[in-house]
Amino acid sequence: MNNQQILETIRMVEEEKLDIRTVTMGINLLDCSDSDDETARKRAYAKIVDKAEKLVETADAIAREFGIPIINKRISVTPIALVAQASKTPDFVKWAEMLDKAAKKVGVNFIGGFTALVQKGMTPGDLALIESLPVALLKTDRVCSSVNVGDTRSGINMDAVRLLGSTILGIAEHTKEADSIGCAKFVVFCNAVEDNPFMAGAFHGPGEGDVIINVGVSGPGVVKSALEKVKGESFEAVCEIIKKTAFKITRAGELIGKTAAERLGVDFGVLDLSLAPTPEIGDSVARILEEIGVDVCGGHGTTAALALLNDAVKKGGIMASSHVGGLSGAFIPVSEDEGMIAAAVSGELTLDKLEAMTCVCSVGLDMIAIPGSTPSETISAMIADEAAIGMINHKTTAVRIIPVIGKGVGEMAHFGGLLGYAPIMPTHKSSSARLIARGGRIPAPVHSFKN
Amino acid sequence: MKAIVTVIGGDQVGIIASISKILADRSINIEDVNQTIMGNSFTMMMLVDLTDAEVSFDAVRQELAEMGTMMSLSIRIQREEIFMSMHQV
Repeated sequence: MNNQQILETIRMVEEEKLDIRTVTMGINLLDCSDSDDETARKRAYAKIVDKAEKLVETADAIAREFGIPIINKRISVTPIALVAQASKTPDFVKWAEMLDKAAKKVGVNFIGGFTALVQKGMTPGDLALIESLPVALLKTDRVCSSVNVGDTRSGINMDAVRLLGSTILGIAEHTKEADSIGCAKFVVFCNAVEDNPFMAGAFHGPGEGDVIINVGVSGPGVVKSALEKVKGESFEAVCEIIKKTAFKITRAGELIGKTAAERLGVDFGVLDLSLAPTPEIGDSVARILEEIGVDVCGGHGTTAALALLNDAVKKGGIMASSHVGGLSGAFIPVSEDEGMIAAAVSGELTLDKLEAMTCVCSVGLDMIAIPGSTPSETISAMIADEAAIGMINHKTTAVRIIPVIGKGVGEMAHFGGLLGYAPIMPTHKSSSARLIARGGRIPAPVHSFKN
Repeated sequence: MKAIVTVIGGDQVGIIASISKILADRSINIEDVNQTIMGNSFTMMMLVDLTDAEVSFDAVRQELAEMGTMMSLSIRIQREEIFMSMHQV
């Protein structure tokens, strides 16, 4: 064993904040359905608590043995709309409360999967779940929710997009005492992936096995430090060092994921290598882009730098593990990234630039605070824009936007902890109401004649 | 199970002796030792085998960390596989 390599690993953890961002247990709840709603909820609760009972304890022990912190232990479950709508009269708020109780019982900090998949159409169960969201997210602390409104093979369900604009405002209104934090736990997807371990969008897809362990690794700080060694060198050098770093991070994650799965007696699912920032100094994706060469994140060239970063991360990760999945790439949540927050405050980083950046990175408009007075049609139109980018480009896109009730442009919203804080960013003033009023579906795009 | 013990900090009398004693008392075999002193900074790495260890990994980890606090050193023990997997193709 090479001493330098041992010291490098220790430095990555101690100084550059390498960590395993999440070990997420995916649990299938399809076998818990029942015509009686309460019976179904009891079954689901019992299964979650049984399968995840030792998740936190096991992950903590593994973190101590390998000397790499595991920040979050989480659970994702089958989209609840699929499980609950077998019941005659599903009470979705009670389903959310059941998930919250189960999460607290086993000690995980988030449980994802309060989810509906409506890319082509909405069932009565999907609709009931969406309508329950404002109250469900108010009454729970740890439940995360997502709705998939489009995909490349189905198009975009614009009726759902319209409904979600007002739903997001409803969630914001219900949690206005805490800067509308409910919206931080709700994400709208196009091309949602079934094995994503990261919140708020994690759910256990119906194509998955019964119980699996997915791991999310992070490490923006490690990539930033590595890049400091190639200042002024060509893009080849930049790509090379990102790939090497991503390789090492992925290997660490795979080892920890496989060990956790083995000890818990379940299958290992995927490793999601996403550079996920935190509001802490030295853990920022924006600062990587600035190290690559744009003075302030959001300036011209940011999209190119992000495209390179996202691609090089995937290449390094895919070489390191045969089970890379989930979203894998770079996240750009504004409130969770110290560099993004600074760039947004300075005015260099705008909503339009963020939208452009989502064309080349792993997700979408994420953790962006907008004025609480934003019309619901404007929010729907932002969702439609993102979904269109995802649909046409065969990629996952998402919108996790927070209309902060009672606050306007220039003020700050504070969400606390990993969710961070963000300046309220201006939206376009012109109305999108006529677009959203149309309803119906945007058809699936043609899959040839690519330009 | 094999693990790597790393010790980083200010050089002083008795570092190796103190750590070796803890390991020997718990039947943990030292297979390789490597140390350097750069300036006043002491860096040591040990490859140890815990197959016959009489206490749990966690207990050894804690004991070494406590000794580290007493001697103002940073002492870690980590399973060897983490280094292998990260640095070897």
